[in-house]
Amino acid sequence: MPKFAAAARSALADTGLRRNLRGGIAAAREREAAAAAELGGWDDLREAGRAIRDAALLDLDAHLEELERAVTEAGGTVHWAADAAEACEIVTGLVRAAGADEVVKASSATTREIGLTAALARAGVTARETALADLAVQLGDDEPSHLLSPALHRDRAEIRELFRRTMPAAGPDLTDDPAGLAAAVRVHLRERFLRARVAVTGANFLVAETGTLVVLESEGNARMCLTLPGTLISVAGIDKVVPTWADMEVFLQLLPRSSSGDRMTPYVATSTGVTAGDGPRAFHLVLLDNGRTRALADEVGRTALRCIRCSACMNVCPVYERAGGRAYGPVYPGPIGAILTPQLRGVDSAADASLPYASTLCGACADVCPVKIDIPDVLVHLRGTVVESRRRRPVPPPELMLMRGLAWTMGDPRRYETALRRGTRWARLLSRGGRIRRLPGLLGKWTEARDLPAPPSESFRAWWTRRRP
Amino acid sequence: MRVALSVACFDDALFPGTGKAVTVLLERLGHEVAYPPGQTCCGQIHWTTGYHREAADLARAYTAAFEGCEVVVAPSASCAATVRDGYPRIARTARDPGLARAAEGLAVYELTEFLVDVLGVTDVGAYFPHRVTYHPSCQSARTLGVADRPLRLLRAVRGLDLVELPAAGECCGFGGAFAMKNSDVSVAMVADKVRHVRDTGADVVCAVDNSCLAHIGGALSRLRGGVRTMHLAEILAETGPA
Repeated sequence: MPKFAAAARSALADTGLRRNLRGGIAAAREREAAAAAELGGWDDLREAGRAIRDAALLDLDAHLEELERAVTEAGGTVHWAADAAEACEIVTGLVRAAGADEVVKASSATTREIGLTAALARAGVTARETALADLAVQLGDDEPSHLLSPALHRDRAEIRELFRRTMPAAGPDLTDDPAGLAAAVRVHLRERFLRARVAVTGANFLVAETGTLVVLESEGNARMCLTLPGTLISVAGIDKVVPTWADMEVFLQLLPRSSSGDRMTPYVATSTGVTAGDGPRAFHLVLLDNGRTRALADEVGRTALRCIRCSACMNVCPVYERAGGRAYGPVYPGPIGAILTPQLRGVDSAADASLPYASTLCGACADVCPVKIDIPDVLVHLRGTVVESRRRRPVPPPELMLMRGLAWTMGDPRRYETALRRGTRWARLLSRGGRIRRLPGLLGKWTEARDLPAPPSESFRAWWTRRRP
Repeated sequence: MRVALSVACFDDALFPGTGKAVTVLLERLGHEVAYPPGQTCCGQIHWTTGYHREAADLARAYTAAFEGCEVVVAPSASCAATVRDGYPRIARTARDPGLARAAEGLAVYELTEFLVDVLGVTDVGAYFPHRVTYHPSCQSARTLGVADRPLRLLRAVRGLDLVELPAAGECCGFGGAFAMKNSDVSVAMVADKVRHVRDTGADVVCAVDNSCLAHIGGALSRLRGGVRTMHLAEILAETGPA
């Protein structure tokens, strides 16, 4: 995975991606703003959501034990996975035990996080996505670019061409009318749903007191996954727990309005364990840690675990709008990805360490977050984590030397004044006609596309001293 | 009132006219302006780039430089935001309750907050016969919540034709180190900001942060955009021919 800046550079040059993203998120932004505004007391609702999520995370151990008890009592089995590899191993083992070489999958960021589809493929199991956009990404051998709409970077004509090419059921008459595309997918998937013995889903929420899985979706495919195959495997982060049913009142208002801008998501499925003669005969819940416990131990970083995966933050983010979701790496795009991915994966790689810097800290995301995550605060906090890791290097990086030197200079008014005088002289030498068109070193990035005004020969403090001796 | 002026390091070197304008303006309104000589930099660059130890040192120096001042006015929303919103966080990170207390003891205002809320004036007697548009910088609008205070001040300027900036609330793409670390995205953002500014037909785009203005102005200058950038204080200081 390349660093954010490099990945963003190629995305910026992709004119189709730019157009599709701009249009797609502008529409989502408007729908969400309207859906939030029509409901009185939106801010109170956000505050309630924040409080419930914080309380759930504070006593997470107790809620998880309660969840395990409730799931087991309802006839399900709970599996605990410390990391991605363990989770993939558990799921692969369960699929093999069910004697299946094919599974149907509902949209799930958590299964993307652990790389489940690739792990299953290595074990000879084909995982088939069943949500239209996920299917398009899979058929196109593409990477998702948005949490809720993974194929947002593609327009309908591209999807139509892809379906014509890859779906035997889609005839040459297929148009890019949304209903026609959905109908083609329905035909393509029906047979697969009927023959699938195993389904894999994620979960939006896990209700601890009843052991219930709550899944929100727009196409009905997740409901098929939850009810048709004999074995249901759901993979969810340990952070998805909410203590009680009553808590869903808040989240079933916050999530639809913040994600799709709907008053209610078309399909809200709730599934509890197994019931004789109805739905799956075996239910396995794989609870994933994968860095979440570490994040939980960080008093600032843990607020990111409040996230209910709505995608409102990316829909308002001016950086995401231009760089696209794939620049944030393979899992969580947008501002939430910039604070979640480095916590789940650590900041050892240059790519993961670049994510907290993928923001201007403009704060638009924090304004809309339905659970009030102060994303800029967490970004700055994680930048601190990145810098601390660099301080431990045997050879200090140039930026660290520069920033230390700058702090030393600024640490004393006399040193600052001397540097100011010298810097001004030097900068004036570089300027022509009152502006600087080219700067050396790290500052050269600025003058790639922007001028800098030449500093006037007299600084403010020099003027002040001259004026009042 | 005796007002302690806080001048951003960036403004001290590149935009000294802003500090001068605030001095002229506040004296015209009958107040005494002081410039505590111990000040250098609020530590914003270090804080937002992740150099939190250095930021804590600079924050301690800043609070010491302004200790005991009745009121501190900063014609830079991002510096005011760093002191008011950032210092408690810097203190939290540095586990320095003394810094948190020192920061709490400072009454720091962004210029338009000070004029409208503390002095209670919107008409400062300025005259500026030009077409002007206003860019609400993210730190002023979101962190400080200055809301329409800058616009109320601008509307009271004689001769000034205020035009609304389309998509005004969208970030210009500066973001401190972001402008260098992610220069491609940053440039893509300022390109749209510049387009909106030029669409207004304004002669001048103003703001309460010279950092954003250096970004927007830097792009306008490179493109020979034909629009000037000015800090709001410099407009408010103008009285025209006597």
